[in-house]
Amino acid sequence: MYDIEQIKADGIDAYLKSHEQKQMLRFITCGSVDDGKSTLIGRLLYESKLIYEDQLTALEADSVKMGTQGGAMDLALLVDGLAAEREQGITIDVAYRYFSTQKRKFIVADTPGHEQYTRNMATGASTAEAAVVLVDARKGVLNQTRRHTYICALLGIRYLIFAINKMDLVGHDEKVFLEIEEALGKLTQKLGAEKGICIPLSALKGDNVVSPSVTMPWYKGLPLLEQLETLQVDDDTIQKPFRFQVQWVNRPNSDFRGFSGCIAGGSVRVGDAVVVLPAATLSKVASIVGPEGMLERAIAGQSVTLTLTDEVDASRGDVIAEATSRPNVADQFRATVVWMHEEPMLPGRPYLMKIGARTVTVSIAEPRHKVNISTLDELAARKLELNDIGVCNISVDRPIVFDPYKENREMGGFILIDRLTNDTVGAGMLDFSLWRADNVHWQALDVDKRARASLKGQRACIVWFTGLSASGKSTIANLLEKRLHSNGRHTYLLDGDNVRHGLNKDLGFTDADRVENIRRVAEVSKLMADAGLIVLVSFISPFRSERQMARDAMDAGEFIEVYVATSIEEAERRDPKGLYAKARKGQIRNFTGIDSPYEIPENPELTIDTEKTTAEEAVELLVQELKKLGRID
Amino acid sequence: MHLTHLERLEAEAIHIIREVAAECERPVMLYSIGKDSSVMLYLALKAFAPGKLPFPLMHIDTTWKFREMIDFRARMQKLHGFELIVHTNQEGLAKGINPFTHGSVIHTDVMKTEGLKQALDKYAFDAAFGGARREEEKSRAKERIFSFRTAQHRWDPKRQRPELWRVYNARINKGESLRVFPLSNWTELDIWQYIHLKNIPVVPLYFAKQRPVVERDGVLIMVDDDRMPLKPGEQPMMRKVRFRTLGCYPLTGAVESNAETLTAVIEEMLLASHSERQGRVIDHDATASMEKKKQEGYF
Repeated sequence: MYDIEQIKADGIDAYLKSHEQKQMLRFITCGSVDDGKSTLIGRLLYESKLIYEDQLTALEADSVKMGTQGGAMDLALLVDGLAAEREQGITIDVAYRYFSTQKRKFIVADTPGHEQYTRNMATGASTAEAAVVLVDARKGVLNQTRRHTYICALLGIRYLIFAINKMDLVGHDEKVFLEIEEALGKLTQKLGAEKGICIPLSALKGDNVVSPSVTMPWYKGLPLLEQLETLQVDDDTIQKPFRFQVQWVNRPNSDFRGFSGCIAGGSVRVGDAVVVLPAATLSKVASIVGPEGMLERAIAGQSVTLTLTDEVDASRGDVIAEATSRPNVADQFRATVVWMHEEPMLPGRPYLMKIGARTVTVSIAEPRHKVNISTLDELAARKLELNDIGVCNISVDRPIVFDPYKENREMGGFILIDRLTNDTVGAGMLDFSLWRADNVHWQALDVDKRARASLKGQRACIVWFTGLSASGKSTIANLLEKRLHSNGRHTYLLDGDNVRHGLNKDLGFTDADRVENIRRVAEVSKLMADAGLIVLVSFISPFRSERQMARDAMDAGEFIEVYVATSIEEAERRDPKGLYAKARKGQIRNFTGIDSPYEIPENPELTIDTEKTTAEEAVELLVQELKKLGRID
Repeated sequence: MHLTHLERLEAEAIHIIREVAAECERPVMLYSIGKDSSVMLYLALKAFAPGKLPFPLMHIDTTWKFREMIDFRARMQKLHGFELIVHTNQEGLAKGINPFTHGSVIHTDVMKTEGLKQALDKYAFDAAFGGARREEEKSRAKERIFSFRTAQHRWDPKRQRPELWRVYNARINKGESLRVFPLSNWTELDIWQYIHLKNIPVVPLYFAKQRPVVERDGVLIMVDDDRMPLKPGEQPMMRKVRFRTLGCYPLTGAVESNAETLTAVIEEMLLASHSERQGRVIDHDATASMEKKKQEGYF
């Protein structure tokens, strides 16, 4: 099938030699079934002679069975995947295709054009160097075209190719093409993207796909495949400053201490001065170990192991960079976030953020705005839903090393992970640090939590009561505070109702507000513990994530989660404030246990079942637990 | 200076392998002894040099593999000194499950899929490397590099995670696991070119030689040992054949060939008119069979 002529002429050895030196280009195709995207990919595979005889036979049979092209061969069937979507006639995920020509190997990320487009397109675009955006010549620039172009520009794709398809259906008219070209020029200008390359073609007939079209002699540019073969690749990342995210510390014996990773930007030579961040330790490159042994120089995209001239303590997630051109170190950023999960992004809820080889806890503020990606308008938003793109301020629990995404994809792109399910729920691009956190260091205070607490003759901690409304949290917390107070302990009780009348009176009871409510309470209780107090917190706090966030803010042993357990039936029977009754009548919305969920703690320090235990007994249990944990004597 | 396509694929695979070693608690590399496994092993050794492999290799032995594969496995272990686990589904063995009486579907399901799940549970592996490539089969085109499996080893399309840049999410809860495919973006030709370039040893069954075969339903099956029941009138005959893929010998079709060397094999492949998996009996069952297998836990 493939390059038969070359093999026959030059022999297999010459063939292998030349083909082992090929470059690779990764590109994404954007468009819907109607644009003829599958047909275009099928055409590329077919014309580059990558279809085997048995696949061709199957294709002919399928074409007749499906009847989509009136019995003629339907190339789109070559690229359809899973059985379910073959029946529906649509593609629902990112599929990767492979083909190569004499000059290059290509990896195609094939993404669908319908509802799931944002998530899937962002995924496919993140690794692509070029994009082929399909435009139906009959329809011109549509909302869909704007969406696709916007996402490609956002994800930093360097080359935009607009395939103006179905030229055969507009009579191969140059005027139609020029009008679309002009409209696309305006669009890319508005987005601040590169101008892009427009090619008039017909995927169905094969015009300007692989060979120049005889029906459109007015087009002087290259056909699509030749264009893809000649785009400049990986030259610009090599020009950038050297960046290396430490992935693995290789220490087989005491004589060798290497740092393994994939070079994220620039190049490195033995002897180069480097800095290890965030610690900012200076050193020099002693050796570079590549797959085939020692190297003098390595470039972006290579997986290597570096050794340094000094005994430097670097670990996974650290960044080794050019000493004279350093990346930023910061803990607060402006970022563009693409939400990828059915569960919306709630401001204040902690997520995990993985950037390079580092995973940190991140908190995302309320979006500054989200983008309507069809009109490119900025809209107000309180949260981000699946396939939303929003600009947000984010903060992480410790400083990370980064470059703005526009300067370096690997150093500025991150994923967001749900802390309980471990699903990847979003992705984002760091724009800039919010203030120069890299120049501001935490003031190391001489009087600390320990010092303040010891003046009171105690050890600070937070006792966090969680449970349904009317489970008995406040009753127990009150009794415990009385008991501790009479023993000379310095305490403070934060109670749901009290805080909601003051600090949090601007918040309601939606999921987003509940998250913010607990975030503030966690912060306040942390400050109070920092002041040396034993803080009792009595809040329904229905979500695991936020309780975990409060726990993470404290050192080990300082956070005591107490689950005050009561069945919903019992709580509803007690109903001291008549809230359940109102909720049942629909007079209160979003009531925990009725129409808003309560997530039972998985590993609380203590569970108190108030259907079996009195409040006095509960206090006894708590005092014993506090003693056991060394918080009181 | 620029990287060739093979250098980029190599760097990507090494990155993936290191990422799993760094993030997972108990990874294992599934070693099927075929050419893809040979490349994967080579890359893993490179990823951690001069250190040793930080995880074991595991072979799910159905007891019906070609004898030359088992010899090769022993040779590689001696050469590289890696830790090797060989697991056979003992229940299946006791029941006498074999490809002749029970057919390819049941045999593969019990000895391979079940065997694999047993072994993963037994050793509590939380990540398993496999040598599968997206280009091999239509339903694999959408497979993630880090493929998430539930605690029941099932592949749930809804729980597959988007993969952006080279930032992989390797986090899982207890009991759940990952299958990781470092060669996802390689094609069959890439594999052979890389083997050629790096001089990577592969099982001699890939090269043509006179071998005893019988023809069944149009497929040439090698009579690798005397467990193979011959049908009336069947007589093993010597033919010059080689194999394009390797598996259980009764389920692996041979092709007649004169390609005795690596370059001859590549030449033959390039000039061939049939796609690679055609030699695998398992794929003929139904169009969507691989997808179904995957949901059940087969690689």
